[in-house]
Amino acid sequence: MSAKNLHPGYDANVEKGWWQGNKWLVLRRLSQLGILGLFMVGPLSVWYMDKQAHPTEGFWIVKGTLASSLTLDVLPMTDPFMALQGWLGGHSLEQTALTGVAIVIALYLLVGGRAYCSWVCPVNLVSDVANWLRRSLGIEGGLKLSRKTRYWVMVMTLLVSAVTGSIIWELVNPITILYRGILFGVGLTWTVVLGVFLYDLFVAPRGWCSHLCPVGAFYGLIGRLSIVKVGAMRRQACNNCLDCFAVCPEKHVISPALKGEENGIGPVIMSADCTNCGRCIDVCAPDVFEFTTRFRNDAKGNAVNKGSSGTPNVAT
Amino acid sequence: MEVSTQGQKPKPAVNRRKFLADTARAACGVGVFGVGLGLFGKQARSLPADALRPPGAIAEDDFMSACVRCGLCVRDCPYNTLKLGEVGDDVPTGTPYFNAREVPCEMCEDIPCVPACPTGALDPSLTQIDDARMGLAVLVDQETCIAFLGLRCEVCYRVCPLIDKAITLDRSANARTGKHTLFIPVVHSDACTGCGKCERACILEEAAIKVFPTKLAKGEIGEHYRLGWKEKEKFGEAVKGIIDLPDRMPIKVPGVDQ
Repeated sequence: MSAKNLHPGYDANVEKGWWQGNKWLVLRRLSQLGILGLFMVGPLSVWYMDKQAHPTEGFWIVKGTLASSLTLDVLPMTDPFMALQGWLGGHSLEQTALTGVAIVIALYLLVGGRAYCSWVCPVNLVSDVANWLRRSLGIEGGLKLSRKTRYWVMVMTLLVSAVTGSIIWELVNPITILYRGILFGVGLTWTVVLGVFLYDLFVAPRGWCSHLCPVGAFYGLIGRLSIVKVGAMRRQACNNCLDCFAVCPEKHVISPALKGEENGIGPVIMSADCTNCGRCIDVCAPDVFEFTTRFRNDAKGNAVNKGSSGTPNVAT
Repeated sequence: MEVSTQGQKPKPAVNRRKFLADTARAACGVGVFGVGLGLFGKQARSLPADALRPPGAIAEDDFMSACVRCGLCVRDCPYNTLKLGEVGDDVPTGTPYFNAREVPCEMCEDIPCVPACPTGALDPSLTQIDDARMGLAVLVDQETCIAFLGLRCEVCYRVCPLIDKAITLDRSANARTGKHTLFIPVVHSDACTGCGKCERACILEEAAIKVFPTKLAKGEIGEHYRLGWKEKEKFGEAVKGIIDLPDRMPIKVPGVDQ
């Protein structure tokens, strides 16, 4: 059992094959690195042409950073949490940023608020590596912070922004610091990244992303209303192997959906803390989980009576 | 009906003491973090004097709540003038700036950095680059500026995009030789955009003319001052409405030396 816990997903790999046992993880990494790649095409093309002694303006797909970007010179995107800090700090935004904020909020209302954390944010790579090492090296225990701490940090950030009249989180935000470091120049970026890595590895398990980060907390607020969700749609098939708990960065979100049938709780993971990473879908040998929508949260919903029960949706 | 996010079974009575203690711990812990962040932020927003903001940048105090540090202005600067403050730099992390001695602003006519800004941290109402006020050039050192030493230099004057408006050459007699003329560059704040070309071009090892943020570079005359010759231009008399009292000689007081 202990060997198995060190390798959650082992059974799934054996029973479903490697691809089905790792599909969402691979797609997620491709998404995280792909988005960074889209940002890097421009600077790399400029650098390459410079090296060929043909300086050009380069070929740009996405300009800017995750704070605010412009895709193909038409599509603006602006981080809503950052915009909110600026607004509280006393600045009324221009049209471009407002449009960008609206687009980002609409996007995450669709794909799930904290999908930002698991499918876009580069710090997730750092924290996932730290957590994987933590499991591999058998490092246990550590500082236990309340999951709510991130909301305190979020409120504090907004307050301090309002009082000091500046976008205060940008002083320490590892997400944008990492992106700027890669896209504009490294400086001492590595110190911040190393800080998050060591903090997650030695100080607090899943300490940054699941307990402190106010950006994730803010996207979580959007997630309270978002459409795409993970659901334990075949929860009767659960064999209690606990692999999903072992890999989940927000373990508390699983049990209401997975074990809530007796209490009339629907199978869809409705908690806004869920990052829609889909790793539980991968590692589950009996294939309990799947991507679904909040509208499928029928209390009796499962593979047997799915679509035929005729009972009204009780979601939200 | 929000059934799914509730617990599965009725919870035991909340342990009030633990709840209060946990809440206090989180609030105070985060509060201390917040105070630290606020103080750090206050310190971090002081901009070094040789870091200039892009054209159209709104007042520094407002800039910090307006700039989301996305770097779009940097991307659209065709001359690689603009940079982002890196972690560990003196410039607030991620905000755009340039160093005139390294790469000055080329004063593009279409000012591409300004429309690139999504938030209005660079004021979109700036459409004429000559109206930009990135800083103000100051001839900081008369001891090393070779024009003051009596040599013909004029480099800062020649490279100025607003030659004869932002920098003029004023002539005066060279007291040392007694027969030559000094050609002294003089900066005029009503025209200088602070592009920094003069500082870049200064031939000295360390530039004698430097661009500083306007706030550092400019004096301000007291409001109560009335410049007689200007009043005369405006109103036809030296000081409007003045009561001219009669002049009189000092009274000689016996026994006191005057």
